Amino acid sequence: MSNVVVVAEVRGGLLKRPSLEAVTAALQLAGPSGGKVVAIACGAGLDAACAELGKSGVHQVVALDGAPFASYSGDGYAKAVAEQVRAAGAGAVLMAHTAMGKDLLPRVSALLGTGIVTDAIAVAAQDGSFTARKPVFAGKATMTVRAVAAPFVATLRPNTWAPAGGGVPAPVTKVAPAPGDLLAVVREVVAQGGGRTPLQEAKVVVAGGRGLKEAQHFKLIEDLAAAFGPGVAAVGASRAVVDAGWRPHSEQVGQTGKVVSPPLYFAIGISGAIQHVAGMRTARTIVAINKDGDAPIFKIADYGIVGDAFEVVPALTAAIAELKHGR
Amino acid sequence: MDIIVCIKRVPDLAEAGLEIAADGRGLRTEDLDFDINEWDDYAVEAAVRLKEQHGGVVTAITVGDEDAEEVLRRALAMGADQAILLDDAAFAGADPFAIATALHACIRSLPFDVVLCGAVTSDGASGQVGGMLAALLDVPQVALATGLEVDGGRARVRHEVEGGLEREVEVALPCLITAQSGLNQPRYVSIRGIRKVADVAIAARSAGDLGLAATAVGEAGSRVRLEGLLLPPAGKRAEILEGSLDAAVATLVERLRERGGL
Repeated sequence: MSNVVVVAEVRGGLLKRPSLEAVTAALQLAGPSGGKVVAIACGAGLDAACAELGKSGVHQVVALDGAPFASYSGDGYAKAVAEQVRAAGAGAVLMAHTAMGKDLLPRVSALLGTGIVTDAIAVAAQDGSFTARKPVFAGKATMTVRAVAAPFVATLRPNTWAPAGGGVPAPVTKVAPAPGDLLAVVREVVAQGGGRTPLQEAKVVVAGGRGLKEAQHFKLIEDLAAAFGPGVAAVGASRAVVDAGWRPHSEQVGQTGKVVSPPLYFAIGISGAIQHVAGMRTARTIVAINKDGDAPIFKIADYGIVGDAFEVVPALTAAIAELKHGR
Repeated sequence: MDIIVCIKRVPDLAEAGLEIAADGRGLRTEDLDFDINEWDDYAVEAAVRLKEQHGGVVTAITVGDEDAEEVLRRALAMGADQAILLDDAAFAGADPFAIATALHACIRSLPFDVVLCGAVTSDGASGQVGGMLAALLDVPQVALATGLEVDGGRARVRHEVEGGLEREVEVALPCLITAQSGLNQPRYVSIRGIRKVADVAIAARSAGDLGLAATAVGEAGSRVRLEGLLLPPAGKRAEILEGSLDAAVATLVERLRERGGL
């Protein structure tokens, strides 16, 4: 029997959706062995988030709730999480592959003396140990690895599992964090992109590239994203336009930026360099709009329109808006 | 200031067609070009800039065989002062934990204020070594740095915590920082620059030199085992939606509705 820990992410009092996806994967891993799923959340003011987490089907929620944890610190969080993982007797630890997951979980795994698989797209309990599959070599190949140490630790690519929910409320245990553990001090929050749909969690990503010719033409991209309604779509950008300073680095999709896997991805004026493709290849449906019918993006897209983005995108925006709002 | 930068030699995959090696666990490397991992390039640049501002010594370290010397030479040409090659047959087949173990054993015997690593590598894409190394060294870390300044024994680091939310954190030295793209624009390295450092001695260290048993490193010391590599089946090309603009858009919306994407 193997208990599974999910490290949940709470931001501004709200539970992050990819954490519920990790719960789904955890329930699948624990299921056959009769193990329990324990969700650990770190932060300050976690009551609402833990109540939601508690109804996701987990067996127990541990809230490391207190002022010292109000903002994220890799060292302090890692020590506290590693301690709870030991206390839970976990055979596996899962978290979403977000910026926080990337920072936190390698440190946790080293504290536990074990390994980790990052950006996993599949995990399984098999023959008494755990396996995981993940994209490597810029998404040109996938690798299967087996954990040979315990616990098995993995971060999961967002939008790959369905979010869990609809369970009976699980008990929530509060643990006060020790203030001495925090080594990093937050000086300033640059609340860039506040209120926007996070790129990695978005149902739809509308990404633009060099084909838009000028920074101001990203309005077309923003309008198409907005047509899907609030909280649905996020704007992405290719490396070329981020390097050119048209868009912030936080919007960059690709190997050097964010890896996204939304149900629907639009690549607009993006040629499809491997660097970009590595960041969006696992999107369920990919639509490419490009003037150049030979652009490599059409090799990996599901649907393509060969045409001028300045004509196609407004027409598409109008069609989507009509469908969504009946206007 | 003592600055350590950990780097890796990786295949350049931008234009390369990949072939799986006969054992199914790696790539056929005969036709591949290799270079420094892109994120490690940012890390070296950041290390050299810190030295230029504050004085000190930059030490570049990699784990690999003699082929890996070329990335150390590149770091020297960029301004690193010394280079260490962790070279031992026992290091082969290492997972990130075993790599972090070897790096830790080397770095713990060196003075350091800042350790820099690339945020991730373009080959295995694990992004683990920095965080693991920070835990083993028991120093604070900041991952995915897009800005870095050091002053008065503290590092101020700008990094993204999640979708668009960036913040600046301050940590006491010694600390470990992983470099994200956007941190800097690495300087150009000319062939002449590399030639100039051709005679700089590169220190080689074996597992034994680092006080590590062969079973603690490489495949034996790894916590995850590679079972196999697969190339995805070549996808079919996109269905190109023809016709007038309105017709193409209407067909697209219809297709997306059929697939449940809308």
